[in-house]
Amino acid sequence: MTSKTDTADQALTLGDRVQADRVHTSLYTDPAIFETEMDKIFSSTWVWVAHTSEIPEAGSFKNTYIGRQPVIVVRDRKQKAHVLLNRCRHRAATVCEGKKGKTNSFVCPYHGWSYSLDGALRGVPHPESYADQLEKGELGLVSLRVEEYAGMLFATFNKDVEPLVDYLGPAKKWMDLFMKQGGGFPVKVAGEHRFRFPGNWKIQLENTTDAYHFPLVHKSFLSSVDKQTEEMLDFVTGTGYVEDLGNGHSVMVMIPALVDLEANLDAPIPERFAALADALRAEGNPEDEVRRIVRAVGGSGFNLNIFPNIACSMAFFRVLQPISVTETEIHHAVITMDGGPQAANQARLRMHEHFQGPMGFGTPDDSEAWERVQKGSGSGKDLWIMLNRGLAGEKETADGRASDVSAETGMRAAYQQWKKLMTA
Amino acid sequence: MNTELITQVSAFLWQEADMLDHGEYAPWLESWTPDGLYIVPIDPLETDFANTLNYAYDDAAMREKRVARLGSGESISTSPVPRTIRSVSRFRILANDGTNVTVRCAQNLREFRKDVLKHYSADVTFDLVKSGGSFLIRRKIIRLINSTDTLQGIGYIL
Repeated sequence: MTSKTDTADQALTLGDRVQADRVHTSLYTDPAIFETEMDKIFSSTWVWVAHTSEIPEAGSFKNTYIGRQPVIVVRDRKQKAHVLLNRCRHRAATVCEGKKGKTNSFVCPYHGWSYSLDGALRGVPHPESYADQLEKGELGLVSLRVEEYAGMLFATFNKDVEPLVDYLGPAKKWMDLFMKQGGGFPVKVAGEHRFRFPGNWKIQLENTTDAYHFPLVHKSFLSSVDKQTEEMLDFVTGTGYVEDLGNGHSVMVMIPALVDLEANLDAPIPERFAALADALRAEGNPEDEVRRIVRAVGGSGFNLNIFPNIACSMAFFRVLQPISVTETEIHHAVITMDGGPQAANQARLRMHEHFQGPMGFGTPDDSEAWERVQKGSGSGKDLWIMLNRGLAGEKETADGRASDVSAETGMRAAYQQWKKLMTA
Repeated sequence: MNTELITQVSAFLWQEADMLDHGEYAPWLESWTPDGLYIVPIDPLETDFANTLNYAYDDAAMREKRVARLGSGESISTSPVPRTIRSVSRFRILANDGTNVTVRCAQNLREFRKDVLKHYSADVTFDLVKSGGSFLIRRKIIRLINSTDTLQGIGYIL
C-alpha cells in the first residue's frame, strides 16, 4: 500500500493502521485508502441495497449505489428482486433515473436498447447493421448476486462471497427483534431524510455504536422531550452493553427493557404515548393490541450496526453511502406499520422528524461533530484515533465479545472487519 | 386585482421575514393561530403532510421547542447561530373569502455560518386569517426547490 501520508508513518502497511485499540488517522484522510475501500470492501462483500417494502410490486424500482457504482433494485414479473448495474451495455448511459418508481422495462435513452426487468437485453433498434452477430444473451445489464434476510435486501459483486445468512451470523436474531416494531404489521419504509456531511464514511459508522456522545451532542434534543423520555435516554451509566457480533457487525443495547418489543406488554404506557393510546382505544382496538402497538411505536432499545453500510437504529434504518474520502451521504429511512393504525404511523413520522433530518433536533448536531472530526484529522497526521474505551471490561460472550454500553467495542469490531477485507 | 389586500399581506409577510432574520422569535411565535402548522415537506407535490415524512411538521408545541433550541446554546450545530437574510416576493393571492387568505410567494434565503455561504430558494404558501387589522398564520408551507436532494443542516427557521 502506498500512501500519500507524508510522515514517518508512511511505511505503515494497511494492516498496521488498525490496532486492537486504535486506528491510524489516515483511514479518514487518505484518498488512496478510500479507493482501496471501494474495491476491497464495497465491491467485495454484502452491501445493503433496500428494504423489500421499497419495491412492493412487479416493476417497482429504486436507484441506489454500491460504493460509487449506480445500481437499480427492481422486482420482476415473477416477484423476484434483482440488483442491476445502471449502465447500458452498448455505450454506458444509465438506463434508469429517479430515486424510485415503477416501470415495465429499462430503455436506454441514447440509442434505445431495451432491457426487461430481470436485466435481459430484449431489443436493439435497427439490428440489421449488426448482421446477426450481436450476442444479445451476453449483453444483459450486469446482474449482481442478491439475497434477503428479514426483509432486508443485500447485493454483492462478489460471486464467491459466503451466503448472506452466514455473513450476518448472530446479527440475524437482532434483525428479527428489530422488525417487531411493526407491532404485528409488516415493516414499511415510508420515506427518508437524505443529507451529506463533509467527512469520511467511517466516522458515521462509528457514531451508530457510540452511546458516549449522546448526552453531550444531543443535549438540545434531550431538553425538548418530557422528563420520563429524558430519563429513558440517560443510558450511558445504565446496564446496557455493546456486543461484537463478528464480521464487523455489532449491537449497542441502550435500553435493555426495550430489546424485545413483544415482551413486558403489561408495563405502564409512557406518558408521551398516553394520547396515542387513547386514540387507539377510541378506534376500538383491544387493550392488549393498544399496548403492543404503542410499545412498537417507540422503537427498539438498541442499534444494530451491519458492516459496512446499514444500521437498524432504534426506530429507523441508517444507510451510509461513501461519496469521497471526505464526503458521505446518509439516509435515515422512517419505518411505519404497513396497514397499521394511522395515529400510530403519524406518531412514528413525527418522532422521526423531531430527531432526524436537516431540520431535526438531533442529526444536525451529529453532523457538526463528524465534520469537526474530519477537520481535526487534517492535522497531526501521525496521530491515532483512540478506540480503547471499554476495552478493559470486555468479556467473551456466546456470540462474540461485549463491554459496557459506552464501550467502543462496536467500532473495534468494524475496524477488525475492515482490516480483514482490506488486507485480503 | 385587489392591490389593497396584496399590500396588507406583503406588509405582514415582510414583517415575518424580518423577524426571523433578526431572531425576534417571541413575536413570531405569537403570529400564529393556536392550531397553526409550520411545514417543510420533502416531496414538492405532497398535499397530505400529516401522513408523510417532512423535514418539519411543527404544531405550536414544536415551534416553541424549535425556538428554545435555537437560543439554548446546547446545540453545536446552531452555535454559532447561522445568520440569514431572506427576500420574499412574487406575492399572489390564491384564495380570499374575506377572513381567510391563501397567498403564495417566492423566498430566496442566504445563510452564512462559520465559513460557508448557502442559498435556499423556496415556494412558500401561507394560509392567513384576518385578525385585528392584521393577520395570524394558520399554515406556512415551505417547498424548497431542492427538497428532494440531499441537504445539510438547517439550523434556523425557514
